[in-house]
Amino acid sequence: MQQRIAVIIPAYNEESAIAAVINSVNALNTSGSLYRFIPLVINDCSKDSTAEIINKSDCIPVHLAVNLGIGGAVQTGFIFALENGFDYAIQIDGDGQHPPEFIPKMLEELKAKNLDVIIGSRFLTNEGFQSTLARRMGINYFHHLNKWLVGVAIKDSTSGMRMLNRKALQVVNEYYPDEYPEPEAIVLYAVNNLNIGEFPVQMNERQGGVSSINTSGSVYYMFKVTLAIFFTYLRLKSKK
Amino acid sequence: MPRIQIITIILSVLLLLFIARLIIKGKLREEYAIVWILSTLLLIIFSFWREGFDTISNFLEVYSPPNLIFTGAIGAVLIYLLHLSVVVSKLQEQNKRLTQELANMRAQQQTDEKKNAG
Repeated sequence: MQQRIAVIIPAYNEESAIAAVINSVNALNTSGSLYRFIPLVINDCSKDSTAEIINKSDCIPVHLAVNLGIGGAVQTGFIFALENGFDYAIQIDGDGQHPPEFIPKMLEELKAKNLDVIIGSRFLTNEGFQSTLARRMGINYFHHLNKWLVGVAIKDSTSGMRMLNRKALQVVNEYYPDEYPEPEAIVLYAVNNLNIGEFPVQMNERQGGVSSINTSGSVYYMFKVTLAIFFTYLRLKSKK
Repeated sequence: MPRIQIITIILSVLLLLFIARLIIKGKLREEYAIVWILSTLLLIIFSFWREGFDTISNFLEVYSPPNLIFTGAIGAVLIYLLHLSVVVSKLQEQNKRLTQELANMRAQQQTDEKKNAG
């Protein structure tokens, strides 16, 4: 029985890169393979021609009627994967930063190590695009905050390349952060006792579009995510 | 009766009528209207009972009665604003869930149609 993996690609104004990303995901499917990778593109109310491009592409297009932001868009994909019986779901960026050829390797590692969540990491081998110093400092800060709070040491704490099994999908179906979800989601997984692992991935610089975080936004980002991490931790702990 | 007292009474009653009209027309839900009706009733009570503020201020040992009004009014406004933030947060969450469900239903329908066609 072939296993189906939803490759969730959140897209907001990604007309320049999205078609290439979809094609390289579809290129993973070889005849006789145990796995079938299906691109699930979440169009988060793009203002450019993203909608038309994905409707014509070989993928499942999901069009949000209202802009929900990255967290809400990705969660939509997770819910779709859970409800439609996909065995695994992986989130990759729509701008070409995450090379899909690592997806099968991440899946093998997830199964081999019995993990629930596996995160593609730039900083395990320090190969590929490494981001700027300021960003690496921010990423490192969340690495230490999470390690101290829940004892999980994820080096690339803001990486958006993450694969989840169905147990983890159940968790994100209930709750997933809206804004800047990555560092907070690690706390979410850890408090729900999911096994989290990291896998070395060589990422590219974005091929198009702009980052959701600029310089003035980064102060807000650090503050907001730190606050969110603490409150998520307290809320989930008090539930148990 | 001093002029200002008559003006205040008229304005308060008008405000109460306006709130009632909003509720009748379905533009304001009753649970949010309660606060407004209560504050309007307070306004009307104190428009008639002018010595009321002095009496209460004396009892609470507030130095100057207008200070009591400002403290009370600002406090009430802040709490009500907080309540509205809670309402907005809840609406945002519900709005998100609705959007997600609608998008996924449309996508499911499309893939089903494709399957049936192919």
